[in-house]
Amino acid sequence: MSNLALFPIVIPLIFAAVLMLFPKNVSMQRIVAIAGVSATLVSALFLFSKVSTDGIQAVTLGSWPAPFGISMVSDMLSVLLVLSSTLVTLFVLFYSIPTIGVKREQSYYYPAVLFLMTGVNGAFTTGDIFNLFVFIEVLLMASYALIVHGGEKPQLRESIKYLLVNIISSALFVSAVAYLYSVTGTLNMADLAVKIPEIEAVGILTVIAVLFLVVFGFKAAIFPLYFWLPGSYFAPPMAILALFGALLTKVGVYAIMRTYTLFFTMNIGFTHELLAIIAILTILAGCIGALAYFDVKKIIIYNIIIAVGVILFGISQMNAAGVEGSIFYLVHDMLIKAALFLLVGILTVIFGTSDLRKMGGLIKSYPLFGWTFLIAAFGLAGIPPLSGFPGKLLIVQGGFEGTHFWGSLVILATSLLVLLSVVRIFIYAFWGEPAKIVTIDRKHYLSIFVPTAILVALTVVLGAGAELFMPFVSDAGEVLLNPSLYIDAVLKE
Amino acid sequence: MRTNDVMLQTATKVVTFIILMFAVHIFFAGHYTPGGGFVGGLLTASAIVLLMLAFDLPTVKKIVPINYVVLTAVGLLIAIATASASIVFDVPFFTHAYDYFDLPLFGKTSLHSAMLFDLGVYLVVVGVTMTIIQTIGEDE
Amino acid sequence: MEIVMSVAIGLLFMAAVYLMLSKSLIRIIIGTGLLSHGAHLLLLTMGGLGGTAPPVVADGVSVSDYADPLPQALILTAIVISFAVTSFFLVLAYRAYQELGTDNMELLRGTEDYE
Repeated sequence: MSNLALFPIVIPLIFAAVLMLFPKNVSMQRIVAIAGVSATLVSALFLFSKVSTDGIQAVTLGSWPAPFGISMVSDMLSVLLVLSSTLVTLFVLFYSIPTIGVKREQSYYYPAVLFLMTGVNGAFTTGDIFNLFVFIEVLLMASYALIVHGGEKPQLRESIKYLLVNIISSALFVSAVAYLYSVTGTLNMADLAVKIPEIEAVGILTVIAVLFLVVFGFKAAIFPLYFWLPGSYFAPPMAILALFGALLTKVGVYAIMRTYTLFFTMNIGFTHELLAIIAILTILAGCIGALAYFDVKKIIIYNIIIAVGVILFGISQMNAAGVEGSIFYLVHDMLIKAALFLLVGILTVIFGTSDLRKMGGLIKSYPLFGWTFLIAAFGLAGIPPLSGFPGKLLIVQGGFEGTHFWGSLVILATSLLVLLSVVRIFIYAFWGEPAKIVTIDRKHYLSIFVPTAILVALTVVLGAGAELFMPFVSDAGEVLLNPSLYIDAVLKE
Repeated sequence: MRTNDVMLQTATKVVTFIILMFAVHIFFAGHYTPGGGFVGGLLTASAIVLLMLAFDLPTVKKIVPINYVVLTAVGLLIAIATASASIVFDVPFFTHAYDYFDLPLFGKTSLHSAMLFDLGVYLVVVGVTMTIIQTIGEDE
Repeated sequence: MEIVMSVAIGLLFMAAVYLMLSKSLIRIIIGTGLLSHGAHLLLLTMGGLGGTAPPVVADGVSVSDYADPLPQALILTAIVISFAVTSFFLVLAYRAYQELGTDNMELLRGTEDYE
């Protein structure tokens, strides 16, 4: 029993409620919001050290015995994700203070961000499939508020579609939970992992597994369910976009990761094969999008889809290399996507447009910014020793060790396309004839550049220090590959 | 066009209080029988909405001068605080405590910490519902 | 009873899909309402419809008489969530109608900003 696992969920919730009391006092809002996220980060660090020394932390709410109450489980995977999502939120918060605008700050921007964090951290921590639905709804509600925040015309138009897609996927989620409950009689993930292997009707369970793949696929933006993402993510301001790009799809990816390793393992030949094929198609579809557009936002948005494919391919292999690679890549992708969106955000601030063709020659006036961007771009594509490399290497290795060597080949080939898509931004924006730029004063520029640069530096540290980071990743991978560890921690606490 | 709403207004003056009393009853009944903070909150909100229909928004704002967003936040804080109290006592989150007390007038009564949580839910429901209705209503 | 419920769920889903495929925003919202009702009913049916007594311990009721409380709790949660989402959707639709001057989804395609 340890309530520590709940701290990263409860702290942002309390701060969000407090922030709702005085919406008009902008400076207090900023201070309290940053204090809230920092406190969450500290609690997440405590939890991290606790999990790495004492193993999985499980608590069942309301003192109910384990399969009957709602279990919250912090294993290494979930605590790593909680830690990185909190870190990303903190930097995005620093970035949004100078960019988001006082009008938005006064209309509950910070509470919405903290509610989003509650939902994301909750979804990463919960050990109950219906509770996962509840936390996903919490983060979705916050994301609805954020995506429409400010009420500009394109935002209103796109958020209708975003809302509709998510309502449909939520209804499917409830239906999938209903089927799962009728077949297994439990919704506790650890209990499901015990009960599902005992059930002989593999066919119906396979159907349910695919239904869950569809549900989580909507959130994670897998092929062909990613259609809503490019349009919806295009509308909100850059800070919100960075938050969405770094966190929201990752919740879907995490959910697939958890369910497909913990209990939907009764028919690997079909479900994981399907997952591998979908993952590869997702990568290809994302690559086409990333190369097709001349809009910097669009290019990075399509790169989210590519990363989702890469991570899911690693999971579908179900071997140590693939799973560990996926976990590493997931953490890396959260940080690098946030960093890239923030960098691209600075680009759009400087040029006053997000159209690549109207950019150029920035390297003369902003050299440091240019090289930072190049490092982030290389990190995204996975050039050693940057952070994209170890994860991708392990995933590719997993593919070769498993049955899908062709998938690994596709990932290797598309890495070049990913590199091309981001280096294209670099070439267009930083080389060539200087284009017209908006003059921004030095202080404002630094206030948005510094948090971004620190975030990029963190990804470099993650890549260069991969050796130090790997033990935690293999710890997380071990729990995924040996469900008995997870089951024991929850049911025999 | 202004319709004659004497009937509605007269009825509302009585019915509102009946609904409010019923909301309180439902709220307290909630622990062992159907009811609770959520339903109670919705009933209270419906009473206020009825007032808004019968009279107009500014009048109701004068009668019930509450900032509903603040109400939501307070409710949320009460609910979280109740749940978090279990952290202080080092038992799993959301663990509730109850005991029996001999109260004057009521006799033997069971008091639950879950009731405080329900109070938070009640306030959140009233707050959220009224915020939504005001958002739509204020534009006209 | 389960058969009747299944048919009802099917009808709800069918009506929901039909409404959501129409162009008017308000019909779409009603469609999402029906969709979540269908999903809730499905949850109730899948939990088993047996049990005559409410799931609260009382004298003279044996364990086999109780209804399964879990689907009820889940449905309550799901209803609250869909209530919140639907009301948010209504507010959004209203605002969008004011700002954009239309509730026709055909006119809300909006690819012009993608250049």
